[in-house]
Amino acid sequence: MANEVCFRTLDLPNPASLETYRSIGGYETLKRIVTEKVPATEIINQVKISGLRGRGGAGFPTGLKWSFMPRYYDGEKYLVCNSDEGEPGTFKDRDIIRYNPHQVIEGMAIAAYTMGVRTGYNYIHGEIWAEYQIFERALEEARAAGFLGENLFGTNFSFNLFAHHGYGAYICGEETALIESIEGKKGQPRFKPPFPASYGVFGKPTNVNNTESYASIPYIMQHGGQAFQDLGVPNSGGTKIFSVSGHVEKPGNFEIGMGTPFPDLLALAGGVWKGRKLKAVIPGGSSTAVVPADMMMQCTMDYDSISKVGKSSLGAGSVIVMDESTDMVKALSRLSYFYYEESCGQCTPCREGTGWLWRVVRRIAEGKGRPEDLELLTDVSNNISGRTICALGDAAATPVISFIKHFRPEFEYYIEHGRSMLAA
Amino acid sequence: MLQIEIDGKAVEVEHGSTIIEAADKLGIPIPRFCYHKKLSVAANCRMCLVQVEKFAKPLPACATPVSDGMKIFTRSEAAVDAQKSVMEFLLINHPLDCPICDQGGECELQDIAVGYGASKTRYTEEKRVVLNKNIGPLVATDMTRCIQCTRCVRFLKEVGGMMELGLINRGEHAEITAYVDKSVDSELSGNIIDLCPVGALTSKPFRYTARPWELARRPTISAHDALGSQLEMHVKNNRVLRTIPREKESINECWISDRDRFAYEGLNSDERLTVPMIRRGDQWVETDWQSALEFASSRIKDAVAREGGNALGVLVSPNSTMEEGFLAKKIARELGCGNVDHRLRRSDFRLDGHFQGTPWMGCNIPDVQDMDRVLIIGSNLRNEHPLLTHRLRQAVRLNAAEISVVNALEDDPLMRVAFKNTCSPDDTINFLLQLLKAMSGLQRLSLCLPPTLNGLLEDVVVSNNAQAMAESLAGHGKDYDLVNPRSAVFLGNMAQQHPRYSEMYSLAEAISALCGATFGVLSEAANRVGLDLARVLPSSGALNARTMLEQPRSAYLLVNVEPEVDCHNAQLVNQALAAAGCVVAMTAYKSSALREADVLLPVTPYTESSGTFMSMEGRVQSFTAVAKPLGEARPGWKVLRVLGNLLGLSGFEYDSSEQVKNEIFGGEKPSRVVWNRLNNNLRELTEVNAKVRTESLQRVGEVPLYESDAIVRRAPSLQKMAAKKPVVAAMNAKLLAQLGLQDGELVKVSQGNGSVRLAAKCDDRVADYCVRVPICAQTAALGDLYGEIQVERAA
Ligand SMILES: Cc1cc2nc3c(=O)[nH]c(=O)nc-3n(C[C@H](O)[C@H](O)[C@H](O)COP(=O)(O)O)c2cc1C
Ligand code: SF4
Ligand code: FES
Repeated sequence: MANEVCFRTLDLPNPASLETYRSIGGYETLKRIVTEKVPATEIINQVKISGLRGRGGAGFPTGLKWSFMPRYYDGEKYLVCNSDEGEPGTFKDRDIIRYNPHQVIEGMAIAAYTMGVRTGYNYIHGEIWAEYQIFERALEEARAAGFLGENLFGTNFSFNLFAHHGYGAYICGEETALIESIEGKKGQPRFKPPFPASYGVFGKPTNVNNTESYASIPYIMQHGGQAFQDLGVPNSGGTKIFSVSGHVEKPGNFEIGMGTPFPDLLALAGGVWKGRKLKAVIPGGSSTAVVPADMMMQCTMDYDSISKVGKSSLGAGSVIVMDESTDMVKALSRLSYFYYEESCGQCTPCREGTGWLWRVVRRIAEGKGRPEDLELLTDVSNNISGRTICALGDAAATPVISFIKHFRPEFEYYIEHGRSMLAA
Repeated sequence: MLQIEIDGKAVEVEHGSTIIEAADKLGIPIPRFCYHKKLSVAANCRMCLVQVEKFAKPLPACATPVSDGMKIFTRSEAAVDAQKSVMEFLLINHPLDCPICDQGGECELQDIAVGYGASKTRYTEEKRVVLNKNIGPLVATDMTRCIQCTRCVRFLKEVGGMMELGLINRGEHAEITAYVDKSVDSELSGNIIDLCPVGALTSKPFRYTARPWELARRPTISAHDALGSQLEMHVKNNRVLRTIPREKESINECWISDRDRFAYEGLNSDERLTVPMIRRGDQWVETDWQSALEFASSRIKDAVAREGGNALGVLVSPNSTMEEGFLAKKIARELGCGNVDHRLRRSDFRLDGHFQGTPWMGCNIPDVQDMDRVLIIGSNLRNEHPLLTHRLRQAVRLNAAEISVVNALEDDPLMRVAFKNTCSPDDTINFLLQLLKAMSGLQRLSLCLPPTLNGLLEDVVVSNNAQAMAESLAGHGKDYDLVNPRSAVFLGNMAQQHPRYSEMYSLAEAISALCGATFGVLSEAANRVGLDLARVLPSSGALNARTMLEQPRSAYLLVNVEPEVDCHNAQLVNQALAAAGCVVAMTAYKSSALREADVLLPVTPYTESSGTFMSMEGRVQSFTAVAKPLGEARPGWKVLRVLGNLLGLSGFEYDSSEQVKNEIFGGEKPSRVVWNRLNNNLRELTEVNAKVRTESLQRVGEVPLYESDAIVRRAPSLQKMAAKKPVVAAMNAKLLAQLGLQDGELVKVSQGNGSVRLAAKCDDRVADYCVRVPICAQTAALGDLYGEIQVERAA
């Protein structure tokens, strides 16, 4: 039970080609929907039944999001695919584009049909140029084959899709910064509300979804929402691609059903490397809270379990595995540096706070920590959390809070002895 | 209306207002940095976080719209905790160099830190340093102090019309900067000094000269354009050290132009005349007031005794106060002289005697912002009316107003111009006729044209552009209010100075009448409307500002005039003054332009006197001195009073300028008088010559932004701004090629018997057959601002 949805073409020759995609029934669903004029409400209903939740990290129910787009709107609306994957630990959208770009295109076309949109963009992270080119090629193929463009399948439905590549800023993955960037401006998040569904690209209603979210749509509309839901567990429908990295024997992407026990996923990735013991896992990308090994081993890989049992979140399913040799202070220092570098800088708590956090953690890692530092770090993190324009502020605070919460003795040892507990 | 509760107080607020707007109305203080009521909401500083019932997280008051039943807590523990934490973040990288910071004492960060800051920092890491930027002669930068609120960025983009500053880089590296190697050139740039909540942007001319608490703050009015902006001048040791706006929503809002802000430097110029001077042969000698005034009055008396009142010509600068103008006129009238005028840069006086009242703007200043369709004829907007242009810009930006411009120069007004016609002033007449014809053909305008005009229109061929512009003005297009058209036709300074002004005026009036638009004149100078109202004008049959020079007088009285740069034709005025037996000049400055004078009477600039200006919207604003007269200089009205006495005239026993003002308004309330007198209608149409066309090259003699008046011309920082644009003879590529000239080549530019050498400059914003040569000291050898001009390769 693997690679059933987004990675359907993975084991076929030439997986990214139109030919391969069509060999598994690709674009048939789009054609049926468009030519049979399946009502939008019916599609949204199926997506709701499927239990698909946004794969970009926040896990917002996709069907519900689609229903927010104004149906009757006099003017242009836009569809945006978020392929700006840039958070430490994430690398699934890249593989979807590399191996199955047409499924993203078909998913977007179905979404466009559903929401009455004529123009779409796929915003692709600036540092995955080869995938950008693959996607451009797929667009060409789809246009030539009549799956994109004007009056598709002889109906009055038209959809034009364009690829847009960024320049590698993490913040451009935040949907409103991404929209600013598409507009040709500096990638800085907008204050919300208004949300993109009412004020998006060029101020027009816009639906933003993650690559994996769109890629799940053709399956849902081919097999029905229930079939997708049944691949997972209640409240976490479908399969999910887990990107396992860190101290494992076989890092990589694994598309498996939601609700799979974590130990099974770990086994798929070949287990902790070098026969070492598991120390901790960041389950959903660097913005999610770190989970100590014993808690993690109790979790199943779905939204509810990771949140209730792991006190963390599933995020984008980017599983960072850390073995017993991991220096948690240094690990945190690296993560904090990331957020310090990637803050867009417009709002005060994040601009000033991320630098503060990083400098204090770095100081501790350099053996110059002070007893009051842990209190300070927690306090500063709490002062950033929930007070910023976008969620990057929270993303920067979460690792600090969770690392200190779960691995406090390691930090204290550093502060007291000026060096790592592990070396002792 | 929505019912909400702020800090336990139940209040009704308007639908759509934000929490901060509601709180501001109630006088409940919420700390803020990025928010500014006149700018778009950025919500980036997070200082305004407040607690709202049912929300787990604090919300920014500046960006959160109120909803019915909302309960807001601005001082609860959660709110204050959030506010204090933001304050801490703002201060960790702030240099806290308040003792050496010019903003000290008037710093929003300092003020709010008193309430929300901790007395001791928890931040012990290295602090950020940001390199300073040189953004020009007016605004100094100390970028390490910047808190990235982006008020300056938003101001320049939204109010100034061009995004000259931006936030580059990310995170802690984010910094405000101008474009690479570019300065901030907006004519409204000084406002970012006021907007900056910290000491990152301060006034370059003012910095390090005084602490705010050492300054006496005195109200006054702008003397540099006809908007009547309300100013506050800050004075130390009897010297004006800076100028800031007084907030007046219906005039200047909270802004002022750079000209109004930095002109004060000219008040402290070394060229100020502080003692009376008399010419003895080729020498100027200092003298006392008594001798100077006796000299002046006896010379004037002699001339009048010899030749009658007509021997005298009185020229009053349109920046003079109503009191000065009125007394100068009164002296003339008492001497039997009708030759008085303040319209020094005019050249067409054919409308004299045809006006029903004093021409004015035709509406109030804020109305401009609400217009839907506006036609501007003959105005280089940003030069002439820097701040009024912003009102027009907001009409375009916020109401999608359609602006049409007809002018000989196509300078960018930094707003979207829907239709434009760039043509020589002669062709302007023809274009206006086309516009009129197109408009009279439009269905919904059933009004009939007067027969005189109808005949003229017969041969006129309407161009597509004129048709489109007419339709725009008449309100074609969606959402247009046909019952109450919010449209206007305005004539600018360049139109007023043109030799065919009367024709432009008549046609513009007819056009506005057809489409029901407001019609008005955007007046030159600070007090053109006021001096007109005070009838500082030639009496019937007497000589005007032009004919007084064409038919030289034996004696002239100049009130605040620098002849060769203030008049339409520098050659003409110089010749007339040279030929005169006696020239009495009341002036605040020693000026080489006054070389033909016989006696110089040192009068104060308006800031050292009381007086009254009337703005283009007809607002009468009196002011008192902000400083004592420098040296022996005396207020102009006092000098004229004594001169009247010495001339043996009666009715000059004034004790105060108030009494003069009372006399001007006949003892009535000024506003009553004003509303009876302001009137743009002509008694009858003047002649329009559709066919007249000049074949020769035409000079377009604009008045540069910082050449407007004597004070501005002596403000060093403004002159540094002006120096960025060297004086050239600009013409379009077509004309340059036709004359066989190269861009940048030295040319000889001649008018009448004078010529100057200038670089030729290719500038496609100039209309065909026109050469743009501004008026300034460098071009004072030339003649008419608008008229024939020759350009040839310099030998
Ligand atoms: C700092 C930041 C970075 C983000 N980066 C990404 C990203 O790389 N890809 C992505 O799909 N969503 C990212 N998101 C989430 C998006 O804002 C948005 O919620 C998502 O694209 C919606 O798609 P979904 O509903 O399909 O998940 C990011 C959010 C934040 C705050
Ligand atoms: S939280 Fe950080 S990244 Fe997000 S808007 Fe504020 S400064 Fe920019
Ligand atoms: S004033 Fe509201 S966020 Fe700055």
